[in-house]
Amino acid sequence: MSEPYPDNDWTGADTGEQWDLVVYVTDASPRGLRAIENLRRACEEHLAGRYQIEIVDVLKNPRRAAADQILAAPTVVRRLPAPIRKLVGDLSDSDRLLIGMELRR
Amino acid sequence: MDSAVLTSVTDGSIGPDLDKAPTGISGLDQILAGGLPRGRVTLVAGSAGAGKTLLGMNFLVAGARQYDEPGVLMTFEESAAKVALNVRSLGFDIDELVRTGQLVVLAFRVDPSEIVQAGVFDFEPIFAILDDAIKQVGAKRVVLDTIEVIFGAFGNDTIVRSELIRLVRWLDDRDVTVLLTGERGSQGGDGLTRHGIEEYVTDCVIVLDHRVTAEISTRRLRVVKYRGSAHGTNEYPFLISAHGFTVLPITSVALDYAASEERVSTGIPRLDHMLGGGMFRGSTLMVSGAAGTGKTSVGASVVDSACARGERALMVLLEESPDQVVRNMRSLGLDLRPWVEAGLLRIWAARPSAFGLETHLAILAGLIEEEKPSVAVLDGITSLSNGILTTELASSVARQIDLLKSRGITSVITALGQGEDVNARSVSAMVDTWLQLRNIEANGERNRLLFVLKSRGTAHSNQVREFVLTDHGVELVDVYIGAAGVLAGSARVTQQAAERDEQLRIAEELAHRRRELHRSVIEREAHLVATQDQLDAEQTEISRIDLREGHLVADIEADRSKMAARRWADDAPHNGEPR
Repeated sequence: MSEPYPDNDWTGADTGEQWDLVVYVTDASPRGLRAIENLRRACEEHLAGRYQIEIVDVLKNPRRAAADQILAAPTVVRRLPAPIRKLVGDLSDSDRLLIGMELRR
Repeated sequence: MDSAVLTSVTDGSIGPDLDKAPTGISGLDQILAGGLPRGRVTLVAGSAGAGKTLLGMNFLVAGARQYDEPGVLMTFEESAAKVALNVRSLGFDIDELVRTGQLVVLAFRVDPSEIVQAGVFDFEPIFAILDDAIKQVGAKRVVLDTIEVIFGAFGNDTIVRSELIRLVRWLDDRDVTVLLTGERGSQGGDGLTRHGIEEYVTDCVIVLDHRVTAEISTRRLRVVKYRGSAHGTNEYPFLISAHGFTVLPITSVALDYAASEERVSTGIPRLDHMLGGGMFRGSTLMVSGAAGTGKTSVGASVVDSACARGERALMVLLEESPDQVVRNMRSLGLDLRPWVEAGLLRIWAARPSAFGLETHLAILAGLIEEEKPSVAVLDGITSLSNGILTTELASSVARQIDLLKSRGITSVITALGQGEDVNARSVSAMVDTWLQLRNIEANGERNRLLFVLKSRGTAHSNQVREFVLTDHGVELVDVYIGAAGVLAGSARVTQQAAERDEQLRIAEELAHRRRELHRSVIEREAHLVATQDQLDAEQTEISRIDLREGHLVADIEADRSKMAARRWADDAPHNGEPR
């Protein structure tokens, strides 16, 4: 379901904030790779140059996952801008991705 | 690695092959015939505040401390700090266990408002985190405290459900004993838990319940399912106290109190006699009766007698303050104060309304632990439920009796009521001896009668006794049983006097009659003598007459012969009789 996203609907584009995102995946699972791919595409489209994505493999770093309160994978955590937001899933639902990240009001 | 633990566990289980992981909660392990199924998943379901978390903590702490089985707690309910704090008040030091590598606490806060679901997902991180934590401390026990909260939080319950089933199976396959808690639905639907997770747990399901009836709270526990193992199937009351989680199985699992042959005096000599020499040590005596029948004084007598023998005693008062009882008993010549001062007697009183039944039971357990008494009196147990012996109370009392018996404590329980109702009977099944005190009201006074309704293992008296409170203790007096029925008190005294009078009257009457008869006999004897005299006289006279008559005939014959001779008369034939 691809649809046009009018520029004036984007919040991140106007504020000029730095976005700090973490993606928690399990190893190189197709679902995780898909989530990373979906996230990158959205960020490139709307937050070009103002975002960074950290990828955490929960199998390699379970204590980090525990400390960060990660139960499901893939999970994207928006650490900045505040408040913290969590998105769960492979982000194939782009509407939910944008709303969940507050990329669109 | 811990073969000693395994051996002891196997010894305690009924199933020959089923290995058990003890919960460390003695009553619960008893019901579970050893503990939770080792290496399997157990579900503990219950409503909010039912004690699920505490049961889980007890399981983990016991594992770490007593069985060399480190554990992992994954909680979704409260923050880790809160969990630690909550249980520290119950005597567990979680921080210490964490520091020494015996426990890992993983606390998660699931906030649905913070999570947006955008596509398919799995719970692989839970597996990874658990796997890591288990390896970290070599955990043998895992508690997942209300993992159900993940339902609804991730926007896709189909995935949540299938992942949860996968998690339970994964845990089942691992060498860890798992305790899962589940929230009971508020609507009380068909399932044991809100999301039906009991369906995935096939080995052992325990349900906790927290009921408040008539303002009295009672917690209950039931083992719904335990595959491959014998287990107690009843609802078992439990309590949460300073000592943690305590389950008190009523002796349905085992009736194995040691039965003593030793007799213990009740302090009332005639009562001892009625019971065949006193109470058996470790037995339970129930005294029931209406208000003011002197139930407490029986308890006080037993306590006084125990302390006089140098034994420790405990009095739990639910109706009066210790001072009141000490004063009242002193007026009966039972001075309890010296025993209190000597440290032999502990008197503990509480408003029954201050605590629920389970708390009361916990307090009793605590007092017994502290005082280690050989004799205990529970005075006024019916006050625990506003004077009515309800089913809940009967069950609680049964547990209290069980507690006392299991510790070999000789006990006296006093209860209000005449004991005709069903609940009193259900309690009576637990007691060895049942005395009933009954007021009888007549002639403007009330007197007390004592009956021995039952006394196990004893040829007890079937007699009714009058129960008299004197200034030198309790005394039993034979009652007067007459045509008018049982008489006691002044009626007995009056009746006895009346009877004495009556006897006296009869005796006098008899004496009088005897005197009369005597007199009559004497008279008649005198009469008899006189008659005999007369008889003799008359007979003498008859003889004299006979004699005279004979002489007379002879004279006439002689005269006639003389005349004939004179006339030369022929011999006349002899047939001519003279006239």
